[in-house]
Amino acid sequence: MDDDDRRRVLDLLCEDARYTPEDVARQLDLTPEEAEAHIEALEDEGVLRGYTAVVDWAALDDGIVEAKVELNVELDRETGYEDISRRIAKFPEVAAFQLVSGDYDFALEVRADSMNAVSRFVSEEIAPIPEVTQTVTHYVMETYKAEGIEFGDGEEDDRLSYSP
Amino acid sequence: MSHHLSERAERTPPSGIRRFFEIAEEMEDVVSLGVGEPDFSAPWPARKAAIEALERGQTSYTSNRGRRDLREAISTHATRYGHDYDAEEEILVTTGVSEAMDLAMRALVDPGDVVAVAEPAYISYGPDASFSGGEVLPVPTEASEEFRLTYDALERAGAERADVLVFCYPNNPTGATMDATHLAEVAEFAREHDLFVLADEVYAALTYEGEHDSIATQRGMRERTVVFNGFSKAYAMTGLRLGYAMGPPEVVDAMNRIHQYTMLSAPTTAQAAALEALESCDDAVADMREQYDRRRRFVLSRFREMGLDCFEAQGAFYVFPSVPGDDEAFAEELLREAEVAVVPGRVFGDGGEGHVRVSYARSLPELREAMDRIEAFLADY
Repeated sequence: MDDDDRRRVLDLLCEDARYTPEDVARQLDLTPEEAEAHIEALEDEGVLRGYTAVVDWAALDDGIVEAKVELNVELDRETGYEDISRRIAKFPEVAAFQLVSGDYDFALEVRADSMNAVSRFVSEEIAPIPEVTQTVTHYVMETYKAEGIEFGDGEEDDRLSYSP
Repeated sequence: MSHHLSERAERTPPSGIRRFFEIAEEMEDVVSLGVGEPDFSAPWPARKAAIEALERGQTSYTSNRGRRDLREAISTHATRYGHDYDAEEEILVTTGVSEAMDLAMRALVDPGDVVAVAEPAYISYGPDASFSGGEVLPVPTEASEEFRLTYDALERAGAERADVLVFCYPNNPTGATMDATHLAEVAEFAREHDLFVLADEVYAALTYEGEHDSIATQRGMRERTVVFNGFSKAYAMTGLRLGYAMGPPEVVDAMNRIHQYTMLSAPTTAQAAALEALESCDDAVADMREQYDRRRRFVLSRFREMGLDCFEAQGAFYVFPSVPGDDEAFAEELLREAEVAVVPGRVFGDGGEGHVRVSYARSLPELREAMDRIEAFLADY
């Protein structure tokens, strides 16, 4: 399979996951069958992990609350980052979970129905994990851009922007 | 009090493109594929350079010919198309390509001179020639020849009696391109009949297959050609109004003399943005070109599936499919019934009839919606 084609297919699906294989094929000069084969192969290989929506939750009256949680852990001979990650990643409240460099070890993105629910989750499920030494929770107050999509009322010029 | 309009002003028709947009503006849910304008904003480094120029108080005139460093950057940039123009004497920075074209016409055309215009053509060339008192000679190009200008087409139109020939490749409105082989024929005709050539190459960077070729690089053409380019299309800087002309010193000097009495100098802020665009925005241009290319393929394949005849336009951001019946009636009905705005081909002159100009400088969801509507419209047409 041509690596350039694979990359172009991924770029298109990152732009809009709703593109059909026909849409992808038309733009890249492939046949629909070729586009579909690329997509299936990327899914089978675990490169394409899923398709999701970009939602401005604040636009809903009963939207969800998002928080970014910094997590520090202390490892021992028996426990590595992988062991901790397996335990934390399984919680449905955890939308994203990454090992990062810098002042803390893990970055969590938590989503729940209310601030109370987020607090309860962090204090009752995350903090008690023996290896966790510290948590710092930042509630998201306003989202201006997510997944490359700018949020707003759409009243301004909607030209696509070229920025570094 | 009576107003005495000049005959030239009185006989100049309003833009045929604008009429459609006036209808479209009164409608609520129109998908417009009519405007020839990028749907991107200018690359950020160029915008930042403009902002910084203002912050530094760069609000004065520049040299009439444009900033020296910008002209040098233009000279360097133009080498990618095989050009070699001296920044001091052979390059003039203007307020968009439109001003540059007007200046060239005024510098080269006397009342009664004949200006051959390869059509379909961008709508300004004819009026520009008329404003200089020139007589416009349409040179129709044919769909069957992918709208390329040929020796035969020039001969058929009687262009040997012309003084000036103007054309634009990659072409607005057809998306046609001309390679060196095709340009050689035109160059031969121009040399044989002593035509001066105005080559609008503002879409040069939006060439999807192969490299852009310029007629000025053909044998014996440099001294009889003015090449036009600018920042509106490739760098998505339409509103900054910055273009340039490159040509023989005596012609550029004459253009500059007219320019210094009318525009004085191109906008200083825009010149700062343009310099930065040339120095650091190649990647952004390549990225935009890639996106236009994807959209081009999408639109072409949809039109072909609908059964509309459409040659593979390989430049600019237009396709020019043929449509059933009268193109103006088709476009108007498409606008009123399907709420999709395209421009009837006849607006662009001879050779455009029976086609519509479709701009794909729109997002893919918009293009998909427009194509779905056109397909449904055609089913009952």
